[in-house]
Amino acid sequence: MTQLGTELELLGTPSAEPSAEAFEGRSPWQLAWARLRRDRVAIACTVVIVLIALVAIVAPLIAHLAGHGPNTQYLDTGLTPEGLPRGPSSQFLVGTDDLGRDVLVRVAYGAQISLLAGVVAATVAVAVGVVVGLTAGYFGGATDSFLARAMDVVLAFPFLLFAIAVVSIVGPSLRLAIAIIAFFSWAAVGRVVRGQTLSIKEKEYVEAARSLGASDLRIMFVDIFPNLLAPVLVYLTLLIPAAIVFEATLSFLGLGVVPPTPSWGNMLAESLNYYRVAWWFVLVPGVALLVTTLAFNLLGDSIRDAFDPRGERLFRR
Amino acid sequence: MSATGASPGTAGHDGDVLVRVEDLVKRFPVASDRLFGRARQEVQAVDGVSLDVRRGETLGLVGETGCGKSTLARCITRLYNLTSGRVTFDGDDISALSRRRLRPYRLQMQMIFQDPYGALNPRRRVGSIIGDPFAIHGIAAGVERKRRVQELMELVGLNPEHYNRFPAEFSGGQRQRIGVARALALHPKLIVCDEPVSALDVSIQAQIVNLLADLQDELGLTYVFIAHDLSVVRHVSDRIAVMYLGKVVEIAPTDELFSRPRHPYTNALLSAIPAIDEEGGAGPGRIVLGGDVPSPIDPPPGCRFHPRCPKARQLCSDEEPILERKAGDLPGHAAACHYPVEAGEELGSPPAPGVVS
Repeated sequence: MTQLGTELELLGTPSAEPSAEAFEGRSPWQLAWARLRRDRVAIACTVVIVLIALVAIVAPLIAHLAGHGPNTQYLDTGLTPEGLPRGPSSQFLVGTDDLGRDVLVRVAYGAQISLLAGVVAATVAVAVGVVVGLTAGYFGGATDSFLARAMDVVLAFPFLLFAIAVVSIVGPSLRLAIAIIAFFSWAAVGRVVRGQTLSIKEKEYVEAARSLGASDLRIMFVDIFPNLLAPVLVYLTLLIPAAIVFEATLSFLGLGVVPPTPSWGNMLAESLNYYRVAWWFVLVPGVALLVTTLAFNLLGDSIRDAFDPRGERLFRR
Repeated sequence: MSATGASPGTAGHDGDVLVRVEDLVKRFPVASDRLFGRARQEVQAVDGVSLDVRRGETLGLVGETGCGKSTLARCITRLYNLTSGRVTFDGDDISALSRRRLRPYRLQMQMIFQDPYGALNPRRRVGSIIGDPFAIHGIAAGVERKRRVQELMELVGLNPEHYNRFPAEFSGGQRQRIGVARALALHPKLIVCDEPVSALDVSIQAQIVNLLADLQDELGLTYVFIAHDLSVVRHVSDRIAVMYLGKVVEIAPTDELFSRPRHPYTNALLSAIPAIDEEGGAGPGRIVLGGDVPSPIDPPPGCRFHPRCPKARQLCSDEEPILERKAGDLPGHAAACHYPVEAGEELGSPPAPGVVS
């Protein structure tokens, strides 16, 4: 706590603060934000993520400009006479795939799938994890034993076998992939939140709230939850890339997005037979996946450092 | 602080009594080796305490760390459920009320906590923290709440313009003032101060103690004041209860306790006050107790103090003394000891020449 005070002085006032706001204390969020803004890695990562998001959003525009639909096969212009993918050219900027489709357009559409799967699955997982972890940690006792064991069970599940089994029954789809990813991710968040809740609920300010007559719900969400936001936000930014890779894995194995809809995972799967003759086919979706996950991971690290500049780690990786 | 007339005995004069504690017991289960065997042990944090808190007085509660002072305080405010016994607040038995039914009483009794750093949520603005009681009980909202919060801040000596600051931006003493403001928000009758100054700098302690005293005069508050610093307790309290290992061993009006301590433990405590030579005479020799405080899981039989007591005899380990008025004491002075200390008696080592008790 005192460190925050000194931090205030150290940081000074980056943007000239009018004296009218001088009494407005800077929240821990504002302090973290100020630190984050000075972190070059964080800024670079944010730029990369925004660019990828833009590419995903304007994917139809890219398709329009290139003049190629994502699933249209250009059998005569897009393939060599031997029927192999064509390399980068003025017509296909990063080449074509084994069916004569434009890899650039497909990667752009794949970004939609990846970001959607990553953000939605991670958000659902974090929401469930927070509610379960908070409930388990706050109430303790039998509730805690039950929920903690449930988390252990989920964490102990062999996710690939489970995914294969479920997909073979229900049939692959993006929605199912997201559900599976969320199901296997919430328990990790739940554990972290539970642990934090266990320590926060012993704080005197929680006792103070209780002595004021606050209800359990109020204590959980007004007094405890704000103290969990930082680790939860960090977890969210680290879960998104994990979920993106998770989705790519499922699609790679044919358990996620169904062809011909492009996703980075199923593009990689299709490209594997051609990597000797068509390096662009494997490289472009691969690099897209790598850059995206790297940017999210580094941003997550930066956010964690911004919230906790003293290096006291909220969790180990 | 305004002393209400010394009413005799710990009980009696019901109209004066704000809080009555009767035979209060609080035990905490200790998890020990659950895998093998079922040695279920319990810490007897508070074991059969009875006392009254009179309206408008300050009752000091002293004792070593771990003697059960804080647990007793949390039982009185019902932050803990009692194992057995009764707590009566303003004539109503609150010892078994559910959380929901306790809510109206929460308006009337508040706590001030020891750690001004821990008692304030670091993620919330001070205005919102002090406004919490209003929010929880749906009393004032919006502009009205802000106005009342700023009034409270002024009352405890904080700058109302600091409404939007975070706890981290205040010093320890200021934070304790924030805690006091929060406790005062609902105009409680009783404030339980759990070592409110022991985490503060000595120069700040006096400020907070005086603030509490002023507020008591102004608002007619009743305090239960817990501390291990005897000089602070002496300054603020009308009466003092001394606790040892979950029991009250002596209770008396402040001056009486300091001038005529009857329990050997009280004597030892008082002798531990570092004395600056004020009245020219040498104080009583320091009584050094041997050994450690026994484990509250397995307290000694009979008088709990007997293993460390310089006056202990056979009876002390056989039979538990009851808290009662001893011969020659003023009314309102009670001690739990078979062989109370007499005036002029010298306890323990080393006897100093020319001792005035």
